[in-house]
Amino acid sequence: MTERIQKVTMPKWGLSMKTGKVIEWFVAEGDTIAKGDDLADIETEKIAGTLESPQEGLLRRIVADTGVELPVGATLALVAPAEVSDEEIESVVAEARAQLESGELGGEDEPAVRTAEVDGRSISYVTLGADSGDDGGEPVVLVHGFGGDKNSWLFVQQPLSESHTVHALDLPGHGQSGKDVGDGSLDTLAGTVLGFLDAVGAARAHLVGHSLGGAVVAAAAARAPDRVASLTLLAPAGYGKEADVEYLRGFAAASSRRELKPLLGRLFADESQVTRQLVDDLLKYKRLDGVAEALAALVETLLDGDRQAIDTPALLAGVSVPVTVVWGSADRILPVPDGVTLHRVDAGHMLHMEAAGEVLRQLSL
Amino acid sequence: MARSISYREAINEALAQEMERDSRVVVFGEDNVGGTGAPGDIDAWGGVLGVTKGLYGKFPGRVMDTPISESAFIGAAIGAATGGLRPVAELMFIDFMGVCFDQIFNQAAKFRYMFGGNAVTPVVIRTMWGAGLRAAAQHSQSLLSVFTHIPGLKVAAPSNPYDAKGLLIASIRDDDPVIFAEHKMLYDTTGEVPEESYSIPFGEANVARDGGDVTIVAIGRMVNTALEAAAELAGSGVEAEVIDPRTTSPLDLDTILESVENTGRLVVVDESNPRCSLASDISASVAQEAFGALLAPIQLVTGPHTPVPFADSLEDLFIPDVPKIVGAVKTAVDWSK
Repeated sequence: MTERIQKVTMPKWGLSMKTGKVIEWFVAEGDTIAKGDDLADIETEKIAGTLESPQEGLLRRIVADTGVELPVGATLALVAPAEVSDEEIESVVAEARAQLESGELGGEDEPAVRTAEVDGRSISYVTLGADSGDDGGEPVVLVHGFGGDKNSWLFVQQPLSESHTVHALDLPGHGQSGKDVGDGSLDTLAGTVLGFLDAVGAARAHLVGHSLGGAVVAAAAARAPDRVASLTLLAPAGYGKEADVEYLRGFAAASSRRELKPLLGRLFADESQVTRQLVDDLLKYKRLDGVAEALAALVETLLDGDRQAIDTPALLAGVSVPVTVVWGSADRILPVPDGVTLHRVDAGHMLHMEAAGEVLRQLSL
Repeated sequence: MARSISYREAINEALAQEMERDSRVVVFGEDNVGGTGAPGDIDAWGGVLGVTKGLYGKFPGRVMDTPISESAFIGAAIGAATGGLRPVAELMFIDFMGVCFDQIFNQAAKFRYMFGGNAVTPVVIRTMWGAGLRAAAQHSQSLLSVFTHIPGLKVAAPSNPYDAKGLLIASIRDDDPVIFAEHKMLYDTTGEVPEESYSIPFGEANVARDGGDVTIVAIGRMVNTALEAAAELAGSGVEAEVIDPRTTSPLDLDTILESVENTGRLVVVDESNPRCSLASDISASVAQEAFGALLAPIQLVTGPHTPVPFADSLEDLFIPDVPKIVGAVKTAVDWSK
């Protein structure tokens, strides 16, 4: 009967996550839960997020106490039909505790960070779900925004990889990729994405881009529409002229925690998402040789004076692939534009971090 | 993600990357190659604790051994810096610095000022500091405050491998003379360090731990001891913020003041002798600038006003440890007027 008991486990959000803590449970033993219900708030070293239910059924036991640090894969709760006896539930709880004490959890290898050569630049990426094989040879490529990197897809890449091969790359000037952005133009960045498709042997791909990355994938589709199966644009650059120019220029120029931290709050609807680890990681990135020059060049691509320079709808005018636009309704960096067909989610600019579940539901891959 | 390397390897990598990037960077000191005539890469000592090992093989002609004459080769480094090179001189122990005070205090530190900004002296003097190696009174001192006292000098004291690499690269690129103080008990400690080059700005403290009850400012190796103490204090419900200034000149007083304004309590941990020290300097500045925020007297945890003893048991007593820091924090937290 134990196969009728389903485990809710500690998720793996991001490549480097090893442990997490349940901060608060939103459900109680005896509740009937549905797929996508908010189960608990979980905090990792980098970020706090809400765990959504991956299954439906009757929540029989909550195993994880709040505030206890647990490895990825640890059993948090058990879901089972009412007819499963309490004894059986207890035996699964005991197994889970034994597994936790054995220390066998959390030791799994981090997915390999790989490197592709594209236009003479070293492009860093991580691929998940390469064995699923049911994506018809059309993988998903995730393209982050200005100042971001492949780790910003921490809540998205893993769930998507259950059905697709999912590549997350670092654009030139970002993450672990080469820091030379050339002229820093949208065309150069779009060329990198298309060159990356060649490097991983993908004839066509679903492109998902956030912010600057949204404009980049749109430009890639404009240049080579036959390489693109679909476009998903998350708070993309180039819709409307408004932007938080102070944020963009300030982020590019900031060199200390005191300068950077207040700016980062503007990325989120809930400013408590800005953890010390997030600030430290960004400062470490910004100190790398070449990053200041790269970001300065990209600000020029993004802005014309105090207005956005890119016109993404114009790029898409001749593109017939399916386009989905998703926006956080509390976006303070690139405000929600008027007159555009889009899905709103309850989040700030970093919607794929703050409302990953909702964003995943909007993806039409 | 990033690989983990030692403090020693981080310093070596910073030197190698800067030598690769800039042909004006040269490295010399006692046994940096390994003794005249040694083949370098294989036999080199790489300095007394092996920090420059392997550099000679990569950059022959740009890594040199010097005679045991600190006053001569530190003077040579300063002269070479004014002449257009970017020398990194290794002065084995900070304790030996006394014989080159004129070169450092009266020449290197003054050139930019006395020539009206028309001269720069981009020299880095790497040196080991701190107690704990059973090396007795002449090889164990923490003389950072002596150099911090002199305008015209910059002083870095990294507490971990990441900071060691980034601060050394920043030091080499800086146009002013830098005393780069490596704590000898940290060489084998490890941490995540990016392979790429990066520089950490001078005068920017690292908040090594967040906490709202007390601010602990600690320097060099004491940052790790303070973090251990903070972990222990958390068990009794006291959350300590641990600040690592990283550079003592310039000193990031703003970060310290901001923290004290939030916590109301300050404990400064420095293994140096206490008189005219970084601990007394930081506490005086905080008392002056944030007096209204203080809820308790500032506590100093330092070595005593004695030379570092040779007897193991006495040296252990000399160096601030977790119980002393925990005690000082409790004194501050439990204080009532």
